[in-house]
Amino acid sequence: MLSRDDQNSLQRTPLHGLHVSLGGKMVPFAGYDMPVQYPAGVLKEHLHTRKLAGLFDVSHMGQIALRPKSGKVDDAARALERLVPQDVLAIAPGRQRYAQFTNEDGGLQDDLMVANFGDHLFLVVNAACKAEDEAHLRANLSDACIIDSLADRALIALQGPKAETVLAKLCAEAPAMKFMDAGPHKVAGLACFVSRSGYTGEDGFEISVPAADAERLAKTLLENPDVMPIGLGARDSLRLEAGLCLYGHDIDTATTPVEAALEWSVQKSRRTGGARAGGFPGAEKVLAHFDHGASRRRIGLRTEGRAPVREGALLFAHEAGGEPIGKVTSGGFGPSLNAPVAMGYVPTASSALDTKLFAEVRGQRLPLTVAAMPFVKNTYKR
Amino acid sequence: MTTTLYTTDHEWLAIDGDVATVGITDYAQSQLGDVVFVELPKVGRSLKKAEAAAVVESVKAASDVYAPVTGEVLETNDALTAEPALVNSNAQDAAWFFKIRIADKSELGGLMDEAAYKAHTA
Repeated sequence: MLSRDDQNSLQRTPLHGLHVSLGGKMVPFAGYDMPVQYPAGVLKEHLHTRKLAGLFDVSHMGQIALRPKSGKVDDAARALERLVPQDVLAIAPGRQRYAQFTNEDGGLQDDLMVANFGDHLFLVVNAACKAEDEAHLRANLSDACIIDSLADRALIALQGPKAETVLAKLCAEAPAMKFMDAGPHKVAGLACFVSRSGYTGEDGFEISVPAADAERLAKTLLENPDVMPIGLGARDSLRLEAGLCLYGHDIDTATTPVEAALEWSVQKSRRTGGARAGGFPGAEKVLAHFDHGASRRRIGLRTEGRAPVREGALLFAHEAGGEPIGKVTSGGFGPSLNAPVAMGYVPTASSALDTKLFAEVRGQRLPLTVAAMPFVKNTYKR
Repeated sequence: MTTTLYTTDHEWLAIDGDVATVGITDYAQSQLGDVVFVELPKVGRSLKKAEAAAVVESVKAASDVYAPVTGEVLETNDALTAEPALVNSNAQDAAWFFKIRIADKSELGGLMDEAAYKAHTA
C-alpha cells in the first residue's frame, strides 16, 4: 500500500481533475496518479473502443522536440540515428515511425514514436523512461540538436472506428490523414500536433495539446455520444489483443529488436549491407541477431481453456517434468476475443506457429498454442 | 433459518446448520471489476481455514478466495464456470462459490456480522 506521502508525491496530468469528476478509479502508474478505469469498467470500455471510440489520457508520456541547430531537419534525423536502429532520414515531412533506443548490449532502453514536423523531429516516449531518455538525448545529441522537453503539453488518444468522424468535426484535415501521418493541426481552434496512430490496434489519433487547453478539448470530444473515457486497464487489454509490446514487460534492456520480433521496425538501410548500417548503440549484437538469428523470440499465445495466463507464468515444452523454456511477459483476458491471450518468450526452436506449450498456473500446467499476432485484426487506415 | 457472516477478506458465508454457503461480497466484486474466470474447488476436497479455495479473475488480475472455515467441500456452483459475470451481477446470492461442511463451529466466532462488515468496508 502507498502511504499518504507517496500518494502526494504522485504527479498529475492536466486531465487529473476531469478523471476524478468522471468517477475514474485512480491508481499510481509510472509516477502519475492515473485512472485505471471509469464506472463503466474495463470490459465495457474495451468493447466500446473497438465498436465506437475511446478517449485516453496519455499525457504522462514524454513529448520531446529535437530542433536541429543547423535548421535542417535531416541533421536532427542523422543525429537521432546514432541512438536508434531506424531509418530516421527516410521519415518524410508529415510522417511518423516507430523506433527504439538501444543500449550497448543491443537491448531496448525504450520504444518511441518519431515524427518529422518539417523543421524538427517530434518524439513521444514512455512515461517511466522519459527522464532517462531526455538525459540520453542531451548527452549524445546536444552537438546537433536543441532538446526541447514539451512538458507543457498534454496528450490525448482518440481510438476506434468512430475516431475519424468525431475528430473531423473539430479538425477538417483529420479524415485525409493516413496511418502514421503526423503534424501540427488546429483542433477546435487549438494549436495541436495530430498523428493518425495509437496503441490499440484501432484506427485513431493522438492529439498533443497545450496543457492549459487539454481539459477543454477532452470535454469537447467527450460531448460526442460515441466517445467514452477509457482507463489504463482497457488500454492494456486493447494493446495486448493488438499484439503490441508494453515497455518494461514485453521488451526491456535485455531484449534485442530481433528477439522481440520487431524486425519490421528496423529498415534495411540500417542493417548489414545497408547504406547506413549500424552506427547505433549495440549495433554489433543487433546486426548479428539479424544475420544469424537470435536464440529466443517473442511469441503470441492462445489458451485452450478460459483461465487467463498472466505475466510471470513459466512456459514448458511438456505437460509434466522438464525445466521451464520461457516465460509469459503479458497476459490476460481479451474482451474482444472473449478468451485469454498472452505473449512471452521461448527458444526460437519452439516459436513456430501452432507449437503446443504449457504454462504453469497455480501449480498446474495449462495447454497453450503459439498464435499469430495481432490477435485482433488491426483497422489502421493505410 | 440462515445467518450470514463475513470475513475480513470479503467472503460471505450463509450458515444453515453445519453447512456454509460461501461467496464473495458485493463490495469485493465492485473492487475486482468485470469477472471473466472462476476456478472452483473440487467437491470432496478438505479445506483448512484461510487456505486458498477458489480463484476469481477479472480482466486485469487474479484473486484468491479463501476458505472462511475448515471443512469438506460439499457442492460447487458450476453456473459460475459457464457465466463468470454472475459474480458482478449477483455476488451475494446466485453467484455463491461453494458449500462447505463446517468442521469446527468455534471458527465462526472470529467472523463479522453484517453491521461489522459494513463498518469494515466503510
